[in-house]
Amino acid sequence: MAKSIDVSDLHIYYGDFLAVEGVNLTVKSRSVTAFIGPSGCGKSTMLRSLNRMHEVIPGARVEGKIVVDGQSLYDPSVDPVAVRRQIGMVFQRPNPFPTMSIYDNVLAGSRLNARRLKRSEADAIVESSLRRANLWSEVKDRLGRPGMGLSGGQQQRLCIARAIAVEPEVLLMDEPCSALDPISTSAIEDLIHELKTEYTIVIVTHNMQQAARVSDDTAFFNLKAAGQPGRLVEFNPTRKMFSTPDEPSTEAYISGRFG
Amino acid sequence: MTTTASSERTERRLEVRPSRRGDRAFARLVGAAALTILFTLVAVFVFLAVQGWAGMTSGSATYAPFTSFVGYIWPLIVSTLLASAIALVVAVPFSVGVALFISHYAPRPFAAALAYVIDLLAAVPSVVFGLWGGRYLATYLQPAHMWLHDHLGFLPIFGEPSPNGRSLFTAGIVLAIMIMPIMTAISREVFMQTPRLHEEAALALGATRWEMVRYAVLPHARSGMVSGMMLGLGRALGETMAVAMVLATTPTVTLDVIGTASPATIAANIALNYKEATPERQSLLIATGLVLFVVTFLVNFAARWVAGRSARRLGS
Ligand SMILES: Nc1ncnc2c1ncn2[C@@H]1O[C@H](COP(=O)(O)OP(=O)(O)OP(=O)(O)O)[C@@H](O)[C@H]1O
Ligand SMILES: [Mg+2]
Repeated sequence: MAKSIDVSDLHIYYGDFLAVEGVNLTVKSRSVTAFIGPSGCGKSTMLRSLNRMHEVIPGARVEGKIVVDGQSLYDPSVDPVAVRRQIGMVFQRPNPFPTMSIYDNVLAGSRLNARRLKRSEADAIVESSLRRANLWSEVKDRLGRPGMGLSGGQQQRLCIARAIAVEPEVLLMDEPCSALDPISTSAIEDLIHELKTEYTIVIVTHNMQQAARVSDDTAFFNLKAAGQPGRLVEFNPTRKMFSTPDEPSTEAYISGRFG
Repeated sequence: MTTTASSERTERRLEVRPSRRGDRAFARLVGAAALTILFTLVAVFVFLAVQGWAGMTSGSATYAPFTSFVGYIWPLIVSTLLASAIALVVAVPFSVGVALFISHYAPRPFAAALAYVIDLLAAVPSVVFGLWGGRYLATYLQPAHMWLHDHLGFLPIFGEPSPNGRSLFTAGIVLAIMIMPIMTAISREVFMQTPRLHEEAALALGATRWEMVRYAVLPHARSGMVSGMMLGLGRALGETMAVAMVLATTPTVTLDVIGTASPATIAANIALNYKEATPERQSLLIATGLVLFVVTFLVNFAARWVAGRSARRLGS
């Protein structure tokens, strides 16, 4: 069920602009992999290339190879729509559907997957997803209200609920906690712990403690210099990364002397 | 330290005053513009009401071949609404489809070219459409008249088909072609302004392009689309030449939209009769103008209400 992801020699472009260069890494199945690095180094870009969301930007393309459980992701025979149904994503900025109710937002993905849902099934999915995203108690009395009526942090948790409602095999999270208070953050971290027993998770974060707390492996990205493409500086088990990193720049970044 | 800082801040705020004055001047300016529009609207209404009053209350001979104002105006209202309804039924799906194609489906250079051509269509004067519709399009639409009569003849609106294709139906089609460009342009514009964030939200859930359109684009564009339709509808209700030139108008009472004998629309009736009218007939025509004015308002309100209803249902 859970999938591993092999990235080899990946270059990611926006038109002619090379944003990320020469990435090689392996995301293990049933584990949490954290992407860290300074702003603008290409973490979001890298993440989006893992579920083929990168290519929805006009002119954006990738070179190189990503293999998910033996299947090449960018093979011409692979349907990006099918990929995205299996690899869910939470965006850096909350994006609930503005005209849909909270209830319908959570079910948006399940309804796409074509199966007709019974009312009781739908209710169960909504409740369990919202509970796991630590939002249930705040919204259970107003499920019919628009999702846009929530606070920014609540919207983000709604988006997390929407992403996990379809039980994706891989979950990509782009700074999911950047707008959340410590309580919700900790709830999301608990969720990540719980999910990783079944799913593969990749998370982008600017919070070193969070990376240390939740992840098994950490990838540190950096720009070689201003105006240069981002690249993967170091990829190691999180424990090693936060105690004895191979690269001096990793240590500088993690200890806050840099970036 | 803190006191100097705060006094500096007050000073700076005082300096900002002039730009606030500019703000107020601008607010007045746009307020004045809005009032001017309202005033014009009221002035037109007052003119129509004052001048048309005599037309609604004069002797029964004025309304020949009918005998009262209501008898005279009724068929015209029905024709106006029928022609506009036909135009909308044809033009709305068509223009929404074309707009979606341009904004979300067609490859870029082709989309730009298509958008340009459609904008050009909007610049064609309505007399030209009228000429083309009456002389040319009608003959080609004649088989459609036959078909509608044969297959949907049980509906009273599809009675005896016109042998030359000149009918209210053809007039409605010509109107549809005329209002399509503006409706397409407005829909396209709002479709393109769909926030990327919401489109990506749908795509990341594994939506196909059509599903993405349904989840993100159409809900976002809804009120803009309604505005576009209102503009198109307004044009259809008030259009004169295209109808006058396509239709051989007859003062009868009929619901049949594909027959030869149909009453004119209100606007076409005014255009056709204004020249040779006596003073009584003149004020009668002005009174029909007043009715058109009111009908347009009512139709607009009704359409907005219907369109807003489901949005309100979600909101409350
Ligand atoms: N849509 C786009 N078009 C062109 N260039 C882009 C686009 N999005 C990002 N970039 C560029 O790609 C590079 C990497 O951006 P990315 O968003 O991946 O950074 P990031 O590491 O996620 O930063 P942050 O931590 O601030 O979110 C940047 O130089 C950015 O300017
Ligand atoms: Mg980012």
